[in-house]
Amino acid sequence: MLGLYGVSFGAVSVASGLDFWQTAALSALAFTGGSQFALVGILGGGGSGLAGTAAALLLGLRNGLYGVRLAPLLQVRGPRRLVAAQWVIDETTAMAVAEQRPAAGRVAFWVTGATLFVTWNASTWVGAAGAAVIDPAQWGLDAVAPAAFLALLSQQVSTDAARVAALMAASVVLVLTPLLPVGVPVLLGGLAGMAIGARLLARDS
Amino acid sequence: MIWVWVMLTSAGCYLTKLTGLAIKPERLESERLQRWILMVPPAFFGGLVLAQTVTDGNQLVVDARLAGLAAAAVALLLRAPFLLVLVVAAAVTAAVRAVA
Repeated sequence: MLGLYGVSFGAVSVASGLDFWQTAALSALAFTGGSQFALVGILGGGGSGLAGTAAALLLGLRNGLYGVRLAPLLQVRGPRRLVAAQWVIDETTAMAVAEQRPAAGRVAFWVTGATLFVTWNASTWVGAAGAAVIDPAQWGLDAVAPAAFLALLSQQVSTDAARVAALMAASVVLVLTPLLPVGVPVLLGGLAGMAIGARLLARDS
Repeated sequence: MIWVWVMLTSAGCYLTKLTGLAIKPERLESERLQRWILMVPPAFFGGLVLAQTVTDGNQLVVDARLAGLAAAAVALLLRAPFLLVLVVAAAVTAAVRAVA
């Protein structure tokens, strides 16, 4: 299911000014779509690498939380932990924790991780190579990332605090985009959203 | 220079995942920290949706991407699977661009 998402990432990344190898390196080494799109989106819009990297790393924080959740289930040490770590992302976590039995959860994690890693990288190459031949905009591929963010967002807004955090971030982006360098509004909006969301969570708990 | 950001992002994303697997859960027991981290995805996805739909550099713009995103929102409300949501967004954006 990541096929089109990966093709879109490859195409959008190359359209944003990264070359094929930089694009392929991100999918192999970062292997977390939201962060990858954040970085190339900000670079492509003319933003600074620092702002793009900061946004990417902040978005990647959630994978750290998934790791905390998965650690007791996976029980990995040494080299296996180094491999497993790369595959701790939205989809593998969702599949692993959906299983009732720990053994089935571990299988789900490894199978989903391996499948997605191959699919994501292969489709990234297709998109990155294709972007040299076709115009990503003509195929609407520049709308795939925001649609993916919207889909991911829709799974995250089950509480009032999360909804307010998202609205706050979106509002800050709208207001600050004309005023500040590209990428900075996303960072400030994200931080403002986190602040108000965390405050609401504290009040409700 | 792009390679620097590619590598910093890659290393940081990997180390974040590894830290999550390796850290002792007690270290993350601060409720204050947990609340902040819980708010990262909604806040950043919320901001990025707008940034990638209605901005072009420092300009606010309305173009075919917004139609694609609206179509994606409808698909999500109809509980369409992830892939279909993306296809709908791309197809509608491409169609609106072709017509315009």
